[in-house]
Amino acid sequence: MDLEGQGRIRQVIEQAGADGVVAVLGANSPTAVEMTALTLKSGDPSYAGPLTGIALGIPSYHVLEAEIADQFDPALYERELALSALAMDVAEVVAPLKTIREA
Amino acid sequence: MIDLKGKRVLVIGERDGVNGPAIEACVKSAGAQVLYAETLCFV
Repeated sequence: MDLEGQGRIRQVIEQAGADGVVAVLGANSPTAVEMTALTLKSGDPSYAGPLTGIALGIPSYHVLEAEIADQFDPALYERELALSALAMDVAEVVAPLKTIREA
Repeated sequence: MIDLKGKRVLVIGERDGVNGPAIEACVKSAGAQVLYAETLCFV
């Protein structure tokens, strides 16, 4: 996640609170997913951005994880996500998330 | 299993994966409220 995005998210959470907040990600690499999920849970692991040292405790899910995607309108899923699901190695991309959520 | 209905969601899409507006539309269809949405671009 870039530094500006971290700043915007920090601002949103300061205003709205983190209760009942979850993140839904769309990245296509396990590394990007992992870095974003770690940043939102326990602070920026690169110690560079506005979320350094700030543990928001927000759990992250990937938009193509079955437990998330199963809740979407099926027609919308077909139109917006089906192609990405074919192009992406979903199992590999979402693999870090469960570990991070449960750690 | 998490139920998105009633949840407040940060949408963080990616240009080369699934973009923010697509995720936003889908999570809204599941009854979630979008607090924030962006599409990252790594070049």
